[in-house]
Amino acid sequence: MAIKQLSIFVENREGTLVTVTDAIAKAGVDIRALSVADTNDFGIFRLIVTDIDKAKKALDEADAFVSITEVVGVALEDKPGALAKVVKILADHNINIEYMYAFITVSKQFAYVVLRVTDNAETESILEANGIQLVTEEDMKQL
Amino acid sequence: MQNRYYQPEAETMPVNEIKKLQEYKLIRQVRYVYEHVEYYRKLMDEKGVKPEDIKCLEDISKLPFLCKDDLREAYPYGMLATDLNNCVRIHSTSGTTGKRVVAFYTQNDVDMWEDCCARAIVAAGGDENDVVQVAYGYGLFTGGAGLHGGSHKVGCLTLPMGSGNTNRQIQFMMDLNATILCCTPSYAAYIGESLKEKGYAPGYNSLKAGIFGAEPWTEEMRRDIENSLGIKAFDIYGLTESSGPGVAFECCEQNGMHINEDHFYAEIIDPDTGEVLPEGSKGELVFTSLDKEAFPLLRYRTRDITVLTREKCSCGRTFIKMKKPMGRSDDMMIIRGVNVFPSQIEAVLLNLGYPPNYQILVDRVNNTDTFEIHVEMLPEDFSDTPKVITKKEKKIQAAMKEMLGINPTIRLAAPKSIARSEGKAVRVIDNRKKIGINV
Repeated sequence: MAIKQLSIFVENREGTLVTVTDAIAKAGVDIRALSVADTNDFGIFRLIVTDIDKAKKALDEADAFVSITEVVGVALEDKPGALAKVVKILADHNINIEYMYAFITVSKQFAYVVLRVTDNAETESILEANGIQLVTEEDMKQL
Repeated sequence: MQNRYYQPEAETMPVNEIKKLQEYKLIRQVRYVYEHVEYYRKLMDEKGVKPEDIKCLEDISKLPFLCKDDLREAYPYGMLATDLNNCVRIHSTSGTTGKRVVAFYTQNDVDMWEDCCARAIVAAGGDENDVVQVAYGYGLFTGGAGLHGGSHKVGCLTLPMGSGNTNRQIQFMMDLNATILCCTPSYAAYIGESLKEKGYAPGYNSLKAGIFGAEPWTEEMRRDIENSLGIKAFDIYGLTESSGPGVAFECCEQNGMHINEDHFYAEIIDPDTGEVLPEGSKGELVFTSLDKEAFPLLRYRTRDITVLTREKCSCGRTFIKMKKPMGRSDDMMIIRGVNVFPSQIEAVLLNLGYPPNYQILVDRVNNTDTFEIHVEMLPEDFSDTPKVITKKEKKIQAAMKEMLGINPTIRLAAPKSIARSEGKAVRVIDNRKKIGINV
């Protein structure tokens, strides 16, 4: 059920980001969501893409340093309080969120949130039991 | 395995005979240098020493030292001891630390040098059935020419690859069944890494031994190379100034290098006072050539810190052994008042399972030394959060602190992002020198 995310190590130097984005562009892969974790010396780019295998292959060939992480995707109604509800459910169940990022689509009907937690399966079942709609990798491609 | 030698009469000579031979040759070489090299004659005259004052080996301490600056000052012909007509070859140092030093060779000098390299190849298990892949640089650098000549003398099939073009190296290694690889240890490690990348397991080919030198390397790096290439790795020592590789070489015991004492006399001195230290002491290695014709050197200070020991060796060779140099005293950095050798840093990294690819950056900012070590991370070091990486950096930093006594900044870099060397590795970038700070 969980969604596969690309994590890319990017040194804080001129041009390193170009290599990464170029490789993905040339592979003809669309980026659905993106977030960056940065320190003084390096950044980690986290991407949800339409075709992860193709993107990974292109990045490997460009000598980028990539790993794949599984994350939980949630679809929310795009209205005030929707995110707060999810966060509260998780807090009530002692699920710690390592990081999260969100994006909206042109349809504006839904907002999507990517959650990084320790136990994907447990988190998913808790959210589902509380009526929160999960997003699959297939859903991401359709967006 | 039965012990084999290239020149058994010399390599297994009883110690008292070695000393007698050295004494005879030393007296002769001092007289020869005094008569033919004006630069050194002046140094002897200044010290008030005449050739007739040298009557035995111990008298060598009366002679003045030569150091690299002397050779630079004497550039190009100042140390030449014979007519250029008699010379057949020139080699040169890389000149990375200043002006180049050029060394001259007569045919006899070349023969002596190649004999020394041949001894090293036989000590590493080589004979006429072997295929020797010489992946040292050719040209002015002595590595390629020395092992190439030695390989011919032993009667091995010689592959004069030169350094670089790693894909071609690997193809020749496989297709032509190379059995002995000669190159710098950093290049050997790189070839090992490339083989692994191409999916070859160690032992995939006919390679059995390697002779690696021209830069300091650690025991940890030896294990690493032996595992990745599936071979026994032997150390070889030499300096362009003294002829090239082969001044000393390792035997099957792999615990130090036998010095070719029939051609070189070695001393260990206190680098600060110049005083000769007794056998077994740690200090600076000083070489005297005993029968060179074109470029003889008396009491040449190598800047290498090592120990000499004359214990009975199971290989049967009687030549004194020098331990793997800790690094040249030139390589030693003084950072925040502490002595740091790159070899110590390498040992820590290899012990933690990191590849021997690293770079040390030293600078001075606001009158304080900055000290950074860039290390290539292992694939398992990386996930999707920075804290995993910073945790690994802290772990390396703690191990460095324990070894060195000072805290470097550790920066993990992506695998394969630190430039590989095909010749001598550039490990240290000391920007303090650029701004004229004497370090």
